[in-house]
Amino acid sequence: MTESNTEYAPANRSKFKKIDMSKVGGSDHGQSAEDLPSCLQVSNLNLYYGAAHSLTDVNLSIPSQRVTAFIGPSGCGKSSLLRCFNRMNDLVENCSIKGSITLDGEDIYHRSVDVADLRRRVGMVFQKPNPFPKSIYENVAYGLRIQGVNKKRVLDESVEKSLKAAALWEEVKDRLHESALGLSGGQQQRLVIARTVAVEPEVLLLDEPASALDPISTLKIEELINELKDRYTIIIVTHNMQQAARVSDFTAFMYMGKLIEFDTADNIFTNPAQKQTEDYITGRYG
Amino acid sequence: MTALKKFFAGGTPWIWINAGAVAISIIMTVGLLLLLAYNGLGHFWPKDLMLAQYSQPVESGEPLVREIIGERVGNEKVTAERIISSGIPVTGDRLMYERELVKIGNRDLNGSDFTWLLTDYLDNIRFPENLTAFERWEWGNFYGYVREVREVGATVAVSDPANSADTAAWDALTERVARAVAIHDEIAELEKGAIGEVNYALERLRLRQRGLELRDADTPEALATIESERAEWDSRYAVLQEQLQELYAQIERDTVVMIAMNGQETEIEVSEIVRAYQPNGMHVGSKLIVYAQKLWEFLSDDPREANTEGGIFPAIFGTVIMVLLMSVLVTPFGVIAAVYLREYARQGVITRIIRIAVNNLAGVPSIVYGVFGLGFFIYFIGAEVDQAFYAEALPAPTFGTPGMLWAALTLALLTVPVVIVSTEEGLSRIPRSLREGSLALGATKFETIWRVVLPMASPAIMTGMILAVARAAGEVAPLMLVGVVKLAPALPLDGNYPYFHLDQKFMHLGFHIYDVGFQSPNVEAARPLVFATAFLLVMITAVLNQVAVSIRNRLREKYKSLDM
Repeated sequence: MTESNTEYAPANRSKFKKIDMSKVGGSDHGQSAEDLPSCLQVSNLNLYYGAAHSLTDVNLSIPSQRVTAFIGPSGCGKSSLLRCFNRMNDLVENCSIKGSITLDGEDIYHRSVDVADLRRRVGMVFQKPNPFPKSIYENVAYGLRIQGVNKKRVLDESVEKSLKAAALWEEVKDRLHESALGLSGGQQQRLVIARTVAVEPEVLLLDEPASALDPISTLKIEELINELKDRYTIIIVTHNMQQAARVSDFTAFMYMGKLIEFDTADNIFTNPAQKQTEDYITGRYG
Repeated sequence: MTALKKFFAGGTPWIWINAGAVAISIIMTVGLLLLLAYNGLGHFWPKDLMLAQYSQPVESGEPLVREIIGERVGNEKVTAERIISSGIPVTGDRLMYERELVKIGNRDLNGSDFTWLLTDYLDNIRFPENLTAFERWEWGNFYGYVREVREVGATVAVSDPANSADTAAWDALTERVARAVAIHDEIAELEKGAIGEVNYALERLRLRQRGLELRDADTPEALATIESERAEWDSRYAVLQEQLQELYAQIERDTVVMIAMNGQETEIEVSEIVRAYQPNGMHVGSKLIVYAQKLWEFLSDDPREANTEGGIFPAIFGTVIMVLLMSVLVTPFGVIAAVYLREYARQGVITRIIRIAVNNLAGVPSIVYGVFGLGFFIYFIGAEVDQAFYAEALPAPTFGTPGMLWAALTLALLTVPVVIVSTEEGLSRIPRSLREGSLALGATKFETIWRVVLPMASPAIMTGMILAVARAAGEVAPLMLVGVVKLAPALPLDGNYPYFHLDQKFMHLGFHIYDVGFQSPNVEAARPLVFATAFLLVMITAVLNQVAVSIRNRLREKYKSLDM
């Protein structure tokens, strides 16, 4: 894996400060989320879709450069919460938010925030692979082109680096200019990850990234998450508890729009503090 | 009983009805095309020239015996009653008589090209090899024998009409016809090219002078420059005029003496002849050559003789250019409107009303658009444009009169609902996940629409354009009000600045069909041209459509939507 340097990300209109990349996470056994440097801070978040109250008083501190998993039964609000981090909920009509979310100490719902800029820093991968109907190369280069980068050398470099980061380079390097739609589902999902990584975000939001994939592709995605967590703060929503246990450092259990429990993955899966959490992970409901 | 029930339940009759409907559609389409092609394209085949004796009975006395030379065009059966009412006292108790349409040409001698003859009284039909047909620039075809070729009044070659082996005069004539046609082309080129340029320049000078006068800027110096330029153009014109005189003198050198039917002798200038051939002596190969020449002339030449002869190139050109211009105008307009309606406007009662209005606009009769175009574009906008930019040409209007631009705009207005509707359809089919994917990468809504949504919607946009082109190419009624004329040999695209003359009137195939078919002074001559023009219009519409369809298919392949 190549080291992350940001010197070629030119039109970085960000007015946020980049996080200090020197802190590389190790194992967090026994270390609680509060002890680690926080990346995203959620306080008293309430989310309404029209009259429906989807998230209630969520307080959460997402640690930097760790994998945080959101688990919980369908409709518990974990995807809604995830979509608050890059303000994807803005696209939904009648959606309103109370409370605050800060990224590196700055409120992302403040009026002065450029949403496009925020989304560049907080990348997102969706449940179903959604490559654009363009070539593999153009898919990965899309984010940079949006930023106005058109130099072939810079784009070439970024495409190669991102595809390598997404462990896809070896499979596609000979057909970069063929349509991305010719790839398999798993490859498409890794392409989408490469596309997201190419814009050098700080946070990666993964919304059930493997739920539409076969077991082998799922495994590859999980391996990839393990590799990427050195450089990115990763938040993953998943239905699959084994997956959460395998990939995450921290796990949040949500139920009915409330955050029930948030702790290290070890604690959540081996020694949950809440009865509801235990019931869920032992399969009593959900 | 159960068997019958099974038969119906199994859907067999349904399948037969479906297949029958498809079969009928195909048969009608193919049949129409074949009918048009047969009647239209057959017209250009050089038919044999008949020499016959025609002895039609008269009220009293001996029947009038006439010699007939001409092409047999067609025949039909008519009742005896009709024959009698037209003044021919037929005898016998037959109910039906067969009569034949013969093109006898020689309009300058006979007054009309065509005549109906009763087949019964036609006899002694022969096809002498030395019967000659001329196509002429004026007065239509001429049929007869070549008797004598003269150069500046002096005899060059003489032939005996009775002896078909005597080809001396014919041989002399063919060379001279070729020479005259070459000179004719030269004259046409000179008149259209160099002299046209001079006239155009002089007209612009006049307008410039008028413009100066209007702005009170007609200082003696400015006028002097214009005067000197004018003098220069005038002197160039004098030179060209001299060249032209010389060419005219050359082309008028030869004449040919012809014997028409009934021994009528007449002298024809060789310069009047477009093409001369002796069909009876020609074998299929040389007939094919003449056929190809005539077909090419039809496709590539200007019309002659009130559109009943010559070609229809200006109409083809006008139709294609107008449709292309219309597409260029309508597509961006429709797409932009659809993007606003679908992507930006808040979906609600107002957008719904707008959508209904747009859909209804597609159902407004096209002549209404013509009236609107005339009233709004021409009389209002055109007049304003003239006031503002072409004041020096007034009172002669420039854009305040029907023309290419207004016709294209009117048709664009007529077809814009189609483009809006199909673009909206395309936009609504782009999966939400793709838009989100783009937005999640930091693209703004505009960038997402521009880079992802619109390219993916391009097949739908092309579908809209295909429908628009199909409708616009066949539209005639509104065009009659906003720019199409019977004859406009000057093309809207030429070598004179600004090259593309949007203000010019133009010819159109659809209107040409109407004009030739219903406004022609020579119905019989025009009939085959109506078929040929209709065939061509269908073909051009099909080609324009096919081009658009193949572009769309390529786009579809490129942006084939994901299975989501």
